[in-house]
Amino acid sequence: MRAFLGKRALASLISLLGLIILVFFLSRLTGDPTSLYLPLDASLEARENFREINGLNDPLLVQFGRYMADLAVLDFGDSIRRSEPALDVVLRAFVWTLQLAAITMTLVTVAAIVIGSLAAFHVGGLFDRIATFFSLIGASAPDFWIAIVAIVTISLNVAFIPTSGTGTVWHWILPVGVLFIRPFGLILQVVRSSMITTLGAAYVKTARAKGVKNKSVIFVHALRNALLPVITVIGDQAAALLNGAVVVETIFGFPGVGKLMIDSILQRDFTVVLAAIFVTAIAIFVMNLIIDILYAVLDPRIRY
Amino acid sequence: MSQIDSAITTANPIYKPPPAWRTTLGMLWRDKFAFAAACILLVVIFCAIFGPMLFEDVATRQNLRGRNAPPFDLSRGWLFILGGDQLGRPLLARIIVASQNTMAVAAGAVACSLLIGTGLGLIAGYTTKTASQVIMRLADVIMSFPSLLLAVIVLYVLEPSVGNLVIVLAITRIPIYLRTSRAEVLEVRERMFVQAAQVMGASTKRIVARHILPVVAPTLITIATLDFAFVMLAESSLSFLGIGIQPPEITWGLMVSQGRPYLTSAWWLSFWPGLAIILTTLSLNLLSGWMRTALDPSQRWRLEVNKEKAKND
Repeated sequence: MRAFLGKRALASLISLLGLIILVFFLSRLTGDPTSLYLPLDASLEARENFREINGLNDPLLVQFGRYMADLAVLDFGDSIRRSEPALDVVLRAFVWTLQLAAITMTLVTVAAIVIGSLAAFHVGGLFDRIATFFSLIGASAPDFWIAIVAIVTISLNVAFIPTSGTGTVWHWILPVGVLFIRPFGLILQVVRSSMITTLGAAYVKTARAKGVKNKSVIFVHALRNALLPVITVIGDQAAALLNGAVVVETIFGFPGVGKLMIDSILQRDFTVVLAAIFVTAIAIFVMNLIIDILYAVLDPRIRY
Repeated sequence: MSQIDSAITTANPIYKPPPAWRTTLGMLWRDKFAFAAACILLVVIFCAIFGPMLFEDVATRQNLRGRNAPPFDLSRGWLFILGGDQLGRPLLARIIVASQNTMAVAAGAVACSLLIGTGLGLIAGYTTKTASQVIMRLADVIMSFPSLLLAVIVLYVLEPSVGNLVIVLAITRIPIYLRTSRAEVLEVRERMFVQAAQVMGASTKRIVARHILPVVAPTLITIATLDFAFVMLAESSLSFLGIGIQPPEITWGLMVSQGRPYLTSAWWLSFWPGLAIILTTLSLNLLSGWMRTALDPSQRWRLEVNKEKAKND
């Protein structure tokens, strides 16, 4: 287990390093922040001063070396725009994204597993057809469009559901509801097909022959084995949410990390972009580890 | 003697399997959802190719009297059946014209990533370990990159045009094909017919192109179909956020975003283009599901058994 962990950490570190190098140089290509932050008629002196303070005067490689040296002691530098540590800005947004992702994925997982299993029990039955149809539509619909339709149909008619912002419980309903649909459709299909395969296995037939009730055949005997491929997909979808649901966050004015990343790129706030990438990469790494551990828990034959 | 021969042949004509395209078409017809999906896609492809030629003028002609004209009102002509947009241009014509950009971006991106990804995957699967390691690590970096972020950076640096959108989306999708083709090659290269080809002295190039690629291709094409839907959604999201295709060019995603300010007064501005996106992606999903069964020799019976049943009934 320890050797596996070390190997995984090393591989992740390498790709994280590649990512940071890539983003560092790519984001500098977007231009000089000076002209964006200082007024048009700022004097040359003021511009020079601004560049000096933010370390933009040095050659790019020197800047990069300095950034990496700071990064080694986990100093991400200050945000140009907000004049506070970039890490603070990112963590504040990340907490929102984490909550959103956790709530959505919990709901999606429970709903997809229950409905998918029941659909697989009677393949081709009415329930199965309805579930398959809606999961296909869910997996095909663009989230920004669902968000817009949801605002028009729900938010404008139901007084207590706000169109955007945060604050009350009601503010969560639309973002979570919209984010729910796509992963739900995808995961439901995987649950269903995996469950169909498992229900055909010999040990499930044995359980049936013994006279075990349908409910416990599905949810006790079959589910555990059917879950392995499902967990992979859940991991992929959760990773996508952790990277920030940019579109949904934008439409509903949700202060998550995806919106922060895009805004920071547009405002050339490089330190925040890099810090955000760093934080989400670590979160995804941790989540992948949890998923690997879950594999081993579900299937004792898997050893690392 | 020759008479007997000819008698035998006429009595027992050698069974000739119908041509491949007919069996495929037959299998498609048997799955009604997949058939409908294929029809919708054909219409979309037709619109994408010929739409701008036919409707370019109508779609850009502004008519302030028809501003936000409500749908299902035929008094302005059939082009206004879906209503008019904020400048009084018929929505139906605009959706048809926009299909070209939408399809071009998605098709270009999928084709590029399919070609490059498969190429790299074949190399990674069939050559030295170092080459494979380098390629796979590269894929890891791309995979761990938030794809939308990459798109924003690149489109911010370069100009957001169709070509650049294709490049960005293609880069983010390469790892999918790369990983799949590599995994398949690793499995296929151990099979007997590949070893036989090696023993007979076929060159590596020939083995990969003639023996391995045909086995891997069906899986890749199925994934490409599914991916087409994904890329379309991604492009729509980018256009919706305002960093994709820029006006006066149009795509479906951009149309949804342009209709957003008028949500409360004219819902149809955003609704119809969104519906076009859903219909197309839904069709692609259905078709890829059908292809997964039809192109897999061990699953194909599911579509063929029905034929026997239908005959017996």
